[in-house]
Amino acid sequence: MIANQFLVLAAALFSLGVYGLLVRRNVVLVLLSVELMLAAVNINLVVFEAMLVTPDAVGQVFALFVIAIAAAEVGIGLAIVLMIFRNRQSANIDELDLLRW
Amino acid sequence: MTFIDWIAQPINWVFLAVGAAMLVSGLRVVTARNVVHAALYLMAALGASAALFVMLSAEFVALVVVLVYIGAVIVLFLFGIMITRAPTGFDTVLDTKAKRAPAAVVSVILFGVLSYGSLTAFGATEVASGGTGTDTSILAFSLLGRFVVPFEVVGFILLAALVGGITVARRDLTPLEEEERGSV
Repeated sequence: MIANQFLVLAAALFSLGVYGLLVRRNVVLVLLSVELMLAAVNINLVVFEAMLVTPDAVGQVFALFVIAIAAAEVGIGLAIVLMIFRNRQSANIDELDLLRW
Repeated sequence: MTFIDWIAQPINWVFLAVGAAMLVSGLRVVTARNVVHAALYLMAALGASAALFVMLSAEFVALVVVLVYIGAVIVLFLFGIMITRAPTGFDTVLDTKAKRAPAAVVSVILFGVLSYGSLTAFGATEVASGGTGTDTSILAFSLLGRFVVPFEVVGFILLAALVGGITVARRDLTPLEEEERGSV
């Protein structure tokens, strides 16, 4: 196995996430696309750890940190979506263009 | 290493199968017409990424992905989907058609740049394969030794996110409801 096969696959997954982020209208689906991008980043971290084996397994530790932060981000993100939905009756990201009341 | 040498290794067949499953389910996440299907395809994509972690001898990270992502985050997403679509019925227009072409151009260019960068930087660098995996005690000593401060900070962030999420998402009682609750 060479490193590049994993890195190119992760780049493809990241690009799919960027596509979804740009094209989706529903906020929950935008969050799903962000999760795809974070999964691609995790693959990169683990590949670099397997490539340059470090004594502390630094790459894997940082992948674990990314997973924990992503879980917190999903919780907060969905809470915000819920509050916006309750106030605006819509989860459409194009309608959330209000910067002042 | 030529492509013939590369394809002769059985582990690369596994890689091709897992990678194809991951790309197809990733594509379905961003194109599915049903929100619940998109969340379930994300589950498949994350399962494929866990399989890649096992191939890269990162078993503990693979298990954490299965536990945290597939077990908890997807359930949270399904709850979010159910709550945000129930009163208004099914939202049939999930993506903006006018944005599809520019978004596809942007993501293809991004993919080209990223893969060109990694191809020129790493060439045919090998990764360790077929090892016995990373000893979990190494991760434990690393997390609670060298990285103990970031570890505690992450724990604090999770707590803050939990409290903040509850505060943001709970519905404030109207004064009348508060009075009723107080009298009971």
